[in-house]
Amino acid sequence: MKYEPVIGLEIHVQLGTRTKMFCGCELTFGEPPNTRTCPVCLGLPGALPVVNARAIHFGLMTGMAMGSELAPRSVFHRKNYFYPDLPKGYQISQYDEPLCLGGRLGDVRIHRVHLEEDAAKLVHVGASGRIHSSSSSVVDFNRGGTPLAEIVTEPDLRSGEQAREWLTLLRTTLRQLGVSDVNMEEGSLRCDANISVRPEGTTELGTKTELKNMNSFRFLERGIRAEVARQIELLESGGEVVQETLHYDPRSERITSMRSKEEAHDYRYFPEPDLVPVRIEQAMLDEARGAMPELPADRAARLEREHGLSEASAKQLAFRAELGDFFEAALGSDGDVPAQPLAHWVTGELVARIGDSDPGDSRVEPVALAALVGMVERKEVNQGGARQALDCLVADGGEPRAIVEAQGLGAIGGEDELSGVIDAALAANADAAAKIQGGNEKPMGAILGYVMRETKGRADGGEVTRLVREKLGV
Amino acid sequence: MTATDAVAFTAAQAVDALARGDLSAGELFAAYRERAAGEELNAFTWVAEEAPAVQDGPLKGVPVAVKDLFCTRGVPSQSGSRILEGYRPPYTATVVENLERAGTTLLGKTNQDEFAMGSSNENSAFGPVLNPWDRGRVPGGSSGGSAAAVAAGLTPWAIATDTGGSIRQPAALCGIVGMKPTYGAVSRYGMIAFASSLDQAGPLTRDVTDAALLLGHMVSRDPRDSTSIGLPEAIRLPDARRLDGIRLGVPEELSGEAEGIEPGVMEAFEATLRVAQELGASLETMRLPHAEHGLSAYYVLAPAEASSNLARYDGVRYGLRSDGSDLVSLYTQTRHDGFGPEVKRRIMLGTYALSSGYYDAYYGRAQKVRTKIAQDFHEAFERFDFVVTPTAPTVAFGLGTKVHDPLAMYLNDYCTVPMSLAGTPAISIPNGLSEGLPTGFQIAGPAFSENAILDAAHALEGAIGFDGSRAFSRGGMPSTPPERGAPGPLGL
Ligand SMILES: [Zn+2]
Repeated sequence: MKYEPVIGLEIHVQLGTRTKMFCGCELTFGEPPNTRTCPVCLGLPGALPVVNARAIHFGLMTGMAMGSELAPRSVFHRKNYFYPDLPKGYQISQYDEPLCLGGRLGDVRIHRVHLEEDAAKLVHVGASGRIHSSSSSVVDFNRGGTPLAEIVTEPDLRSGEQAREWLTLLRTTLRQLGVSDVNMEEGSLRCDANISVRPEGTTELGTKTELKNMNSFRFLERGIRAEVARQIELLESGGEVVQETLHYDPRSERITSMRSKEEAHDYRYFPEPDLVPVRIEQAMLDEARGAMPELPADRAARLEREHGLSEASAKQLAFRAELGDFFEAALGSDGDVPAQPLAHWVTGELVARIGDSDPGDSRVEPVALAALVGMVERKEVNQGGARQALDCLVADGGEPRAIVEAQGLGAIGGEDELSGVIDAALAANADAAAKIQGGNEKPMGAILGYVMRETKGRADGGEVTRLVREKLGV
Repeated sequence: MTATDAVAFTAAQAVDALARGDLSAGELFAAYRERAAGEELNAFTWVAEEAPAVQDGPLKGVPVAVKDLFCTRGVPSQSGSRILEGYRPPYTATVVENLERAGTTLLGKTNQDEFAMGSSNENSAFGPVLNPWDRGRVPGGSSGGSAAAVAAGLTPWAIATDTGGSIRQPAALCGIVGMKPTYGAVSRYGMIAFASSLDQAGPLTRDVTDAALLLGHMVSRDPRDSTSIGLPEAIRLPDARRLDGIRLGVPEELSGEAEGIEPGVMEAFEATLRVAQELGASLETMRLPHAEHGLSAYYVLAPAEASSNLARYDGVRYGLRSDGSDLVSLYTQTRHDGFGPEVKRRIMLGTYALSSGYYDAYYGRAQKVRTKIAQDFHEAFERFDFVVTPTAPTVAFGLGTKVHDPLAMYLNDYCTVPMSLAGTPAISIPNGLSEGLPTGFQIAGPAFSENAILDAAHALEGAIGFDGSRAFSRGGMPSTPPERGAPGPLGL
């Protein structure tokens, strides 16, 4: 039997507000422990929370980006449970009235988006880094009270790869919105996945497990793949999937059970009496709408429409906004450069050289790349020469035409210059010439090799082939 | 001027005497400090060694006693609980800051029922407070220490909190004035919470003028408390002598012997109603149809909030920590050792009321009752200026007589809880004696009617002429039994 994975994500995103969700402590990363605290975020007796209006603003922008229904008021509840990283014994969170309901991002429907405060950071002293075997634990409250948006998707994803791709889109969207720096390594984006499998062609959902601790895009993909495989193996061997929370260890790629059902919490949600419900005024909505930038999905559609890019290129540029920015800057700097080849050079050759870093921070000026691509299109330099020129641009910057000239990378210009070299090549490879004349093109490589050797690779392969055929009357 | 003369002043009189130079702030503080440090009522849990540096302000140099649950920087703030024994917060409650800015000096912290849960002050981890009118009796609660200290002249005045009657009921039992303002008038920032949606700070004073003076400096809209709204108009010093044209509603549900109100308390109540009529007020019996369910709703809502508010006392960061071999035993042992029985009872009640499957039947339904009661008051105030009731159903009762009967204890708040649920202001003024012990008269008005309530209370106070000074000498002296069968309401 073939199985179909059904995957939904729960994402916690730390919002990039200046201060915490319910107090005035500044949010910074990497400060000494417990230096960004106050009576409110330490849960001292008598301290009271006050909602950070900026967090509501960011929440509204996030909802707008996903086309969610926005709540008419912001209401918070208390989620009660005991844990040392939770100084009040409850977390202030949204419950039955999330700020944003429904919506869609890319191919995935959004269930809800709500705001809450982050817990403090628990550091377990001891070998394993987990609470049960550690000799002691210490709490750093710097992180406690950081505003979080919890984004819950509908179970619309079908593979770990798709989940990873979609999470990239979410990350870019949130970055574009400016609501979060979305850095998984620093923990500002955390992702849990609800995973089940079902026989292909059926619609009923199987029993799901919740997979936690996938703290990088790679681990998310791998973790989901591993859990899907585990579930299928279990079902095929006649077993049953048990609803439980699982922990994925990226090092061993092992999945272990975190807590059993007996410990299921009754969170005793009730409306937070320390906060009055705040009406979402029209002015707040207008402000959020006014702050909305162009979002990745819209940008991809525009790039396709305006510049005739392929869907794949448009998405590659839009979903990594810095690539899109570089592409549009290059395009704007040179009216003649064709868009699709330029897009390929940005997402292909340039990314191959600079990796995940922002091309805007590189030494390559957008106008330089546009000029280089234009030279390639006009056959003033061949692909190989252009790649070498790009190496120089990445290393030292500069102007491509000058580099091509200085290093002699330019294509041999026109028939006249090539003609003599080709004649010599045909003379030196008479056997090959004869075979080609007889209809066997295989020895063309030998002729090409000769010409390239003689021209130090500057000749355009296509042009050489054309001239050889012409001379031999093929 | 002798120390005895100095402490005989009301706070407003002391302000004048200080301004005239008849009295120095140092003398005044020393006189009260001596009394507070030597008291035998157990009203104080901490007394200042010396007067802190005084800020310039309209109340410059007047000492104030502060209920234990207000956080005061560097000073024990224990909310009457062993779990916070020795806890000295790193910050000061907004209302205390407001008073410091007005020029008052912190005289000491007063005893209270643990986490403000109680009506007799017998639930304090630091022992019960004795009523200065009769040391065999309770001062009421939860602000028993503040009320006893004011009644015994150990402080000119005190601030306290009222959740279901914790200012008004001890004011009544100690023969002083106590006011719970509109919910939101005074910031709760720095008040160690019992039930967040009900807790409200207010004054305990010797007379109505002092109540107005103190309240006026407590009120503020505080950006650190989202539920604080301040008051739309400043508190004025009351000067009314008459009640002409004032319409008083007397709710059937909160004023009758059938409701458990003692005959002596009823007598005093009715006598005060006659005084009101003589001053020009009209009287009408009316109904608050849902008020009788107030106590039931209150004992769901307040414990529910408390169960959550008190979750932070886990032994991890501050206060008591009992040894535990693991996390869960650290929690359970700390809370087992740190909380008293009444607090544990209410945490369990509240936890149960919020549990999934019970939420709608308890918390949800109690919220509906609360809304109905607020509507009752809203409608009443369309026809009446004030609703008046006896403050407490009984006079001060004997120490230990109700500790083992929680329901009987809860009935103390029968007449005060409805206003707490409605969030509306109410004052209790002493209106006489029954069996030689004070009784209280409660005046409740619509939200933000503090000035009107204070005026009405001032007019009645003048006509009643209650003399509370007889409790004065008993604060720091061996107990003398009160005269039995003392005359009824004074001045009538
Ligand atoms: Zn803070």
